[in-house]
Amino acid sequence: MSKKKMLSAIKTAKPPLSSMPAVPPFPTEQRPASEIFGAQAAQSGSRVLLAADFDGISQAIHFLYPQARCIASPLPQVTSGIELKNCEPSDLQAVDVAVLNGQLGVAENGAVWIAEEDMVHRVLPFITQHLVLLLPQDQIVYNMHEAYQQITIDEGGFGLFVAGPSKTADIEQSLVIGAQAARSLTIFLT
Amino acid sequence: MKTALFIPCYIDQFYPQVGIATLQLLERLGCEPHFPEAQTCCGQPMANTGCEQEAQESYQHFVKVFQHYDYVVTPSGSCAYHVRKHYDVLEQTEAVQHLRRNTLDLAEFLLQVLKIKSLDARFPARVGLHQSCHGLRGLRLGSGSERNIKEYSALRTLLNMVDGIEIAELQRPDECCGFGGTFAIQEPDISVKMGKDRIADHQRAAVEVITAGDMSCLMHLEGILRRQQSPIQVKHIAEILNSQV
Amino acid sequence: MKAHPIKAAAFLQNEARADWHDESLWFVRAKRDKAAHEIPEWEQLRELASQIKDHTLSRLDDYLEDFERHALENGVQVHWAEDAAAHNRIIQSILKKHRARRVVKSKSMLTEECQLNAYLEQHDIEVVDTDLGERIIQMRGEPPSHIVMPAIHLKKEEVGQLFHEQLRTEKGATDPKYLTEAARQHLRHSFLKADAAITGVNFAIAETGGVVVCTNEGNADMGTHLARVQIHCMGIEKIIPQTKHLGVFTRLLARSATGQPSTIYTSHYHRPRPGAAMHIVIVDNGRSKQLSRPDFRNSLKCIRCGACINTCPIYRRSGGHSYGSTVPGPIGSILTPGLDLKKYSSLPFASTLCGSCSDVCPVKIDIHEQLYRWRQIITREGHLPRTKKWVMKIAGSILSRPGWYEQAGKTARRLLRGLPRILVYAPLNIWGKGRELPPPPRQSFREWYRKNREE
Repeated sequence: MSKKKMLSAIKTAKPPLSSMPAVPPFPTEQRPASEIFGAQAAQSGSRVLLAADFDGISQAIHFLYPQARCIASPLPQVTSGIELKNCEPSDLQAVDVAVLNGQLGVAENGAVWIAEEDMVHRVLPFITQHLVLLLPQDQIVYNMHEAYQQITIDEGGFGLFVAGPSKTADIEQSLVIGAQAARSLTIFLT
Repeated sequence: MKTALFIPCYIDQFYPQVGIATLQLLERLGCEPHFPEAQTCCGQPMANTGCEQEAQESYQHFVKVFQHYDYVVTPSGSCAYHVRKHYDVLEQTEAVQHLRRNTLDLAEFLLQVLKIKSLDARFPARVGLHQSCHGLRGLRLGSGSERNIKEYSALRTLLNMVDGIEIAELQRPDECCGFGGTFAIQEPDISVKMGKDRIADHQRAAVEVITAGDMSCLMHLEGILRRQQSPIQVKHIAEILNSQV
Repeated sequence: MKAHPIKAAAFLQNEARADWHDESLWFVRAKRDKAAHEIPEWEQLRELASQIKDHTLSRLDDYLEDFERHALENGVQVHWAEDAAAHNRIIQSILKKHRARRVVKSKSMLTEECQLNAYLEQHDIEVVDTDLGERIIQMRGEPPSHIVMPAIHLKKEEVGQLFHEQLRTEKGATDPKYLTEAARQHLRHSFLKADAAITGVNFAIAETGGVVVCTNEGNADMGTHLARVQIHCMGIEKIIPQTKHLGVFTRLLARSATGQPSTIYTSHYHRPRPGAAMHIVIVDNGRSKQLSRPDFRNSLKCIRCGACINTCPIYRRSGGHSYGSTVPGPIGSILTPGLDLKKYSSLPFASTLCGSCSDVCPVKIDIHEQLYRWRQIITREGHLPRTKKWVMKIAGSILSRPGWYEQAGKTARRLLRGLPRILVYAPLNIWGKGRELPPPPRQSFREWYRKNREE
């Protein structure tokens, strides 16, 4: 009943049809997208590393997070300390480091798209203390327009652009890293 | 070219020297504007208070007085903006449309109609430029810090033609002074605070004179400066452009 | 409700604090400017965003139906609420159905507008706001003073004291890092216990039936992905037609709001996770009425970035609570009069019409022009104080008659010159509160002109 009433109120109230503008392509920079991506991600507090500089991802994780007690990952090259397929979302509160695949990077804001299938649990990239993403260097676009052309936002039930560690400036505008979700974001370019 | 001079009511009554400077400046530039004596007010004080109805008579009177001139020039971005933007409530006769196109602020008239490239003026002082909001964002006399467009400022362009002048850089180059017409009376505490903050910015930049395209902003700032017994002077831009000290 | 000038004056009593407030917000405005100037196509994006919203509003009913259809296909339950009361009832019934007693909520100005928290608490449901700023003001029992930075009016000492009392942090501790960590531990507990999570919505996409929620803290997702039930509340105006339009709006939103190139998390929700439920509540609450007003309908284009609030020289010096409306600042002053003209009649006058709000607006709402138009309506509907209206009537008569005008001017100047200072600056003279009057000249311009050009 409300629906009908609301829609009819809107129908009566709405202005005459105005045309839908086309979204044109915007000129991109000369520099390679991966270069801009690195700089932007760093500005948002992410750490960007080249996978090639390490002896495998597993090694790198242990080197970067020597204190980590629980590493969670669906990737075959990382030994997961928790059986992701057989646990509840709330079990993930113990995760120190989550290692996931990112699908696409965006140079203008250092954001990475993570598809639902790569998270296993939707809450994993948030509830983990530290988030590590693997991102193929050739999967970085310049801006959000290109990004939305490449991804399918409704492929899974949930999809996420993550552009840094969880942060807040709610107390006197002081930037604090590590608000409610992951305290750090490390991106390995592969 | 038949040009009329429109001197806003508060300039006529309280700052005649600004009207005189505007007239003399235009005359020196070879333009002989006529001052139709029947003129009164553009109606803005009433309209900005929400009394557009009560302003109608002033609007009609303005149209009657000025309709037969090619241009109406006024040393007030705010009044020019009001005529151009808010006379939309009048019946859009040819006369109204003509006036809404051709009522110009002094700076616009100098740069766009007279197209002056230089001036015979001298004003050896350190000056802070207050970019009055209606001129800046209403008439687009400058780019403004909000928009990502090529930087320009009509008032600065004009001031740069004056010998001996030194234009100070401000921390907030286009923040409102807090006058706002009847806002100054309705919200006196905020209004005065905004004015004090603007003045503090000019003081930090060590200016001797604050100038603007609108005397109303300057009247407000001057009121605060005098209450503070500050040595800083205010001068309408027409006074500086007409100065040959 | 006390009018804005009274509350503004009270805020200004502590001038140093008002200066601090002004500087905090100016800092955000400056970051926004920098971010906007780094995008060469910024102005083009604003124009596009504005046109997309214009188009969407002109077909809003169709897009809402598309949206609902796709959402239902995705297994999402969609609810329609005409007003705040219906919205609150619907939420409560969803919670009841799922036997949910503990709720975590991320920022939603809509639920604030509907006063959902109070309603749910009356029904024995525990609601914890999870955005740090919102949590702070919830603990203090006060409304947000800003739509993006709800606790911008508070100093870290006040937050420290509050946390000491309620979260048992060390007495006197004021380090934002320490306080944020304490809140993190406290909120993790709430997230893990919660039965249901409520969020606002930044964008709802008609072609996919999904909603997008943007946060920096990740609190919306900590809630939705742990609880059994997720509920997203959205105003009818949150619709955008297609996925590709997200490209335009996400580029504008965070840059306008805080100067960041993107919010940290941009979450796209389309389906409930297995075993959980997802609900979307679509709310009107006065929006279709606003849509029917040609002069004000484009206020519905607002994407709640807060840029107009940060730039407003009045807001910065009077604080969010001086407006007494859910959404403060310039945008609030054009939205709320549409809900209750009499109650909010002082808000459209809480502006110098400087126009900065319209120029920072990422969807190009002509905010200051709408303030001007609300003023006309407030007068027409009789909400302007009668004395003020009389003064304007008299002024209007004098200012349209050259003879009266000249005589009045002469008299005023003579009086100002002749009267003793004490009379001129009597308490009734509001101008003189902090300002001198201009020294009255002997001769008006027209008198000079007559003498020097006509004789």
